[in-house]
Amino acid sequence: MIGWSTHFAQTLLATCRDISPIAAIIIGFQLLVIRKPLAHPKKMLTGFLYVLLGIAFFLEGLDMALFPLGKLMATQLTMPEFLGINPDQPNLAWQTYFWVYVFAASVGFATTLAEPSLLAVAIKAEQISGGTIHAWGLRIAVSIGVALGIALGAFRIVTGTELYYFIIAGYLVVLIQTLFAPKMIIGLAYDSGGVTTSTVTVPLVTALGLGLAENVPGRNPLVDGFGLIAFASLFPIIAVLSYAQIAHWRK
Amino acid sequence: MIKNPFIKQLFSSFLDLAPILAVVLIFQVLIIGQPVPDVGKLIIGTLFVILGLTLFVQGLEQSLFPLGEAMAFAFARKGSLFWLLIFAFCLGFGTTVAEPALIAIADEAASIASKGGMIEKTSAARNNYALGLRITVALSVGFAVLVGVLRIIRGWPLFYLIIGGYCCVIVITPFAPAEIIGIAYDSGGVTTSTITVPLVTTLGVGLATAIKGRNPMIDGFGLIAFASLTPMIFVMAYGMLI
Repeated sequence: MIGWSTHFAQTLLATCRDISPIAAIIIGFQLLVIRKPLAHPKKMLTGFLYVLLGIAFFLEGLDMALFPLGKLMATQLTMPEFLGINPDQPNLAWQTYFWVYVFAASVGFATTLAEPSLLAVAIKAEQISGGTIHAWGLRIAVSIGVALGIALGAFRIVTGTELYYFIIAGYLVVLIQTLFAPKMIIGLAYDSGGVTTSTVTVPLVTALGLGLAENVPGRNPLVDGFGLIAFASLFPIIAVLSYAQIAHWRK
Repeated sequence: MIKNPFIKQLFSSFLDLAPILAVVLIFQVLIIGQPVPDVGKLIIGTLFVILGLTLFVQGLEQSLFPLGEAMAFAFARKGSLFWLLIFAFCLGFGTTVAEPALIAIADEAASIASKGGMIEKTSAARNNYALGLRITVALSVGFAVLVGVLRIIRGWPLFYLIIGGYCCVIVITPFAPAEIIGIAYDSGGVTTSTITVPLVTTLGVGLATAIKGRNPMIDGFGLIAFASLTPMIFVMAYGMLI
């Protein structure tokens, strides 16, 4: 219990440290440039404390339960024993890794749904759009995008195709979609690419990528292990633009 | 804190988390065929995550959203473009330079660079490289928020900026060292943290609401997108220079 509470205190302290530059900038500008008192200082402060505590609990819980298990599973799934293959045998068929793709997609979908930054943007979008955009619908669309992105990213690591080709092809799709998509959604769609990958998704997905690159014959973890995050930030844009396009056509 | 909305939020946080639990349990038990290790820890950890998410949303609506909005309106009323742009840059730079995910990825990148022979194999050289990378990314995010805010004020279409940025990425990639490309692409995604996102988003939306002739839905979003685009360009440029 004592060991646990010191660990939590450390997490809380680390969160405070990460937030301090932001707090300093806001307080500095508030005092020196804007020079106007805030409307509800007490409410703001308690709210800020909630955010701090919330992030600390969130990270602590992830560290305690989900990360170790998720990382363990990522390595187990990519191990030659589980896949029933001979590690020395070159040129495996990409289908051997079927469960890895399924796992990648499910983890991508589930973690994105729980991503706090995405939640914040979705709530804001629902407020601003006056309810035409549903927070829940947006989050599902983004999650599907991440799921597809990460599964495809895992496929890329297995086949060893250049990251470059996939990303450029993805950008071209985004480009074409942008030309046709309703103007209102474009900014939001681009933003949802950036917010999907933070606290929850990054550690699990990175573990999966590195595990895969270590265990697939002929891959170098240093070069091939990265790039999954890039997929996870590209595909939500495509997913949200498609979602808006479909909603537009239906009208 | 009223009891009822809090419990409602707790429940909805639980729903947010349920898919992760389902995926983990199904894969562990049915497909890998192993028992779940440390069930007690898993349950307590999950409760923590639910509580954390609930507190975060509570604080978000009570503090970060109104704060970002109040600042956006104050700057719009003050009418000083200079200070607004300085603030935008500081917000981008300050929130990124201390971002834990970025620190992790910078260290990773430094060890790759030293193994690849791009820099000397000493820890001093590695630390220098990692610090340089972090500063580069932070500068790029600061620059992105600055340009993004300028865009909202001037009313430039987001489209041109983003497409221009993507074209830059596409043109620069073939010239960048192969080892840095994956990291550069990934660093775009990791820069946007849990606190930065709500603040930057409300700043953008608030500005677009406060300035006449701007639509918060069309003009307000896009800051985050730009902030995840510029690091790719800056990091690849960094890799080419060093």
